[in-house]
Amino acid sequence: MERREFPLWEVFVRARNGLNHKHVGSVHAADDRMAIEAARDTYTRRMEGVSLWVVPSASIVASDPGQAEVLFAPAEDKVYRHPTFYVVPDNVKHL
Amino acid sequence: MSTPAFETALRLGDDALILGQRLGEWCGHAPTLEIDLALANLGLDLIGQAQHFLGYAGELEGAGRDADRLAFHRDVLDFRNCLLVEQPNGDFAQTIARQFLFSTWQELLFGELAGSRDESIAGVAKKAVKEVAYHASFASDWVVRLGDGTEESRSRMVDGLGWMWRFTGELFGEDRKAGDRGFGIDLAALRPAWDARIDSVLAEAGLDRPAPHRPTGGGRDGHHSEHLGHLLAQMQFLQRTYPDAVW
Repeated sequence: MERREFPLWEVFVRARNGLNHKHVGSVHAADDRMAIEAARDTYTRRMEGVSLWVVPSASIVASDPGQAEVLFAPAEDKVYRHPTFYVVPDNVKHL
Repeated sequence: MSTPAFETALRLGDDALILGQRLGEWCGHAPTLEIDLALANLGLDLIGQAQHFLGYAGELEGAGRDADRLAFHRDVLDFRNCLLVEQPNGDFAQTIARQFLFSTWQELLFGELAGSRDESIAGVAKKAVKEVAYHASFASDWVVRLGDGTEESRSRMVDGLGWMWRFTGELFGEDRKAGDRGFGIDLAALRPAWDARIDSVLAEAGLDRPAPHRPTGGGRDGHHSEHLGHLLAQMQFLQRTYPDAVW
């Protein structure tokens, strides 16, 4: 008999209202309801969350690790992109 | 001494304890890791209920027996669980069939008991009805998934329901001529709501309701199937061999 695994789903949990959903791991499930139930039983059994998202792992588009240099290295020396780079004049209020 | 309140607490506790133990048997054997965890979660919810109900039964009895004493030092004839919960796990579909039929009933029962005049029973029922609602919905989803799945999953689901169906009459006291008011409520009155919920899930799963069967009962009077003795042997052996052993 052919053995096929259930597809993989990525699980995101919102720990408290007002916080973002955060990636916590993945589950195998045949459909969306099963994925939510598996996520609930696997990742929220100790009151870790108040809301769950599940996303088919196949739907996630990832950046190419081989492109990491090109994509991320140029940000290294761009300190002026941090707000702390700028000196705020003393007489500027309400900033 | 046995009072109606004691019997009620014992029934509720034993239903939960025995089904919890059955679900625990899946630990490490379920089809996937996620289902393994899910079944263990269900089982632990039930063991939690059993602790409350049996603890309360012990208080009512006033003979110094606590929940552990009642769970591990009673013989098979003294158990008051329904026959449905002691049925063997069989394959995954048979386990799901048992859970679906039982949890749907237990959710309705706890809904009623939440309004009980007995505050201890009402308190536990009110709290537990939320977890039981999840058990019922988890099992219902699986009935649909298996029933409406492949040819093999469908035939296993049909077999599972076929096996468990004969034990559902006892849930409503239909095995007794005079009916059953053992929880302080008229169990027969739960039947229409249960039928409606069962039928709606079966319809979604594309499954027929199993043929009516003469209800098999007796569990509430301590007349159990041969399966319970084996379950108790496994569950109780440690406390029987080493009385009062602790972690």
